[in-house]
Amino acid sequence: MDRFVWTSGLLEINETLVIQQRGVRIYDGEEKIKFDAGTLLLSTHRLIWRDQKNHECCMAILLSQIVFIEEQAAGIGKSAKIVVHLHPAPPNKEPGPFQSSKNSYIKLSFKEHGQIEPGRIRAVGIVGIERKLEEKRKETDKNISEAFEDLSKLMIKAKEMVELSKSIANKIKDKQGDITEDETIRFKSYLLSMGIANPVTRETYGSGTQYHMQLAKQLAGILQVPLELLSPEDLVNACKMLEALKLPLRLRVFDSGVMVIELQSHKEEEMVASALETVSEKGSLTSEEFAKLVGMSVLLAKERLLLAEKMGHLCRDDSVEGLRFYPNLFMTQS
Amino acid sequence: MAMSFEWPWQYRFPPFFTLQPNVDTRQKQLAAWCSLVLSFCRLHKQSSMTVMEAQESPLFNNVKLQRSKGHLFLLPDSSLKYLWRKAEGRQQTEGKLPVESIQIVLEELRKKGNLEWLDKSKSSFLIMWRRPEEWGKLIYQWVSRSGQNNSVFTLYELTNGEDTEDEEFHGLDEATLLRALQALQQEHKAEIITVSDGRGVKFF
Repeated sequence: MDRFVWTSGLLEINETLVIQQRGVRIYDGEEKIKFDAGTLLLSTHRLIWRDQKNHECCMAILLSQIVFIEEQAAGIGKSAKIVVHLHPAPPNKEPGPFQSSKNSYIKLSFKEHGQIEPGRIRAVGIVGIERKLEEKRKETDKNISEAFEDLSKLMIKAKEMVELSKSIANKIKDKQGDITEDETIRFKSYLLSMGIANPVTRETYGSGTQYHMQLAKQLAGILQVPLELLSPEDLVNACKMLEALKLPLRLRVFDSGVMVIELQSHKEEEMVASALETVSEKGSLTSEEFAKLVGMSVLLAKERLLLAEKMGHLCRDDSVEGLRFYPNLFMTQS
Repeated sequence: MAMSFEWPWQYRFPPFFTLQPNVDTRQKQLAAWCSLVLSFCRLHKQSSMTVMEAQESPLFNNVKLQRSKGHLFLLPDSSLKYLWRKAEGRQQTEGKLPVESIQIVLEELRKKGNLEWLDKSKSSFLIMWRRPEEWGKLIYQWVSRSGQNNSVFTLYELTNGEDTEDEEFHGLDEATLLRALQALQQEHKAEIITVSDGRGVKFF
């Protein structure tokens, strides 16, 4: 009952009367109080009760204060009632009939015929509830954009890392100069800032489940940054957007359906040329042999060989012995 | 007369016995197969064949095909082991073109006009290393050259007569000859007729 405030009962601008009912009694929780006969008015903004005997005694609560409404069926000697559950009173509330109350709900009973259907109060009250929901939605949106800010900062950092690793990779490739200590420190600090203290590489863990376990752990570390729950589907869908968003990574889908994430700078087609060289040197290779030679997973090795075949550099020998790739002599010999 | 047939390099290339998925590669592969079949049949004077015979013939089976020196095998316990096949370290396997792929090669030959199915169930076929039209042209050229237009010949005379000994079509099998003459007939350059002991042809 401490939610009510005294009011003149006059409707405000934009406030309209929805319905009114005489002979309404108010209860504070389960307790009968002195407000036993009044007119209940439901407006677009408030629930107003005016004492039938003393018109000056008039109080109201805002509809937004209503949490929910329920009907209480009539019993023996008991009339049907409407129970109105309320939010706690705001600290700066205007004065009302009660300073404090231990109850968070009031009850309305109707002496005279008919009663305001809870549905009508509910319907009007919903406007208030919806207003609250809208506020909540806006706050959530704000949280999400802040989270994505973090993700985009992460991506920018990733780009810097990629630039650095590209330059290191080029140095190794061209055998040009030593990788400076500075570069090494920068690289390690990037990894540390991403939470990777000891980078996992195939050299350290080899291929197989050990490698995947470590990789998974590192992945978990990175992905925890802005998000809590991430389904594999969402991850794949996010990866599909990498290229469109001009991020340094991209999703590549092979003909077989196998999906990999690779650096934008990675040119699988160039890798194919070197694969041809390797196969030619050995005469012929299976995916397993190739994987072992080059030091990559058998799955990706197969994809590379299949791509080379698709591009016409290799051809296949499929027998009971297994699948073996040869240089495509059909095209190169007359 | 017996010549050792010279197999083309593809015959020793293991991928030759696997139908290639890459379309461009497959085109080259099938062209090589067609060429091999025709030259093989020409040398062995084989004008017809059953699919069964084809499957068993060295044409589609290279029993001495060598694949590789060694092999990586994945053992049941998922460990990889490098195994050698024979004592010499050379692996002797068989190169065998699967029957479905043989059918594809035969269909290619049919499309090119070098093959004709002899029965509805496609169990045996006529193989012509020269297309009927080409034979027809050669025969007609000889007829014109020797000034024998408006002459009548029996089929036997054409392929086994003294006069044609130096000609390419000498010794040609009857089935192919007939088709060659039918081609000429279409061009109104010849007419197949019935003579006393069989069939003959009149050239115009």
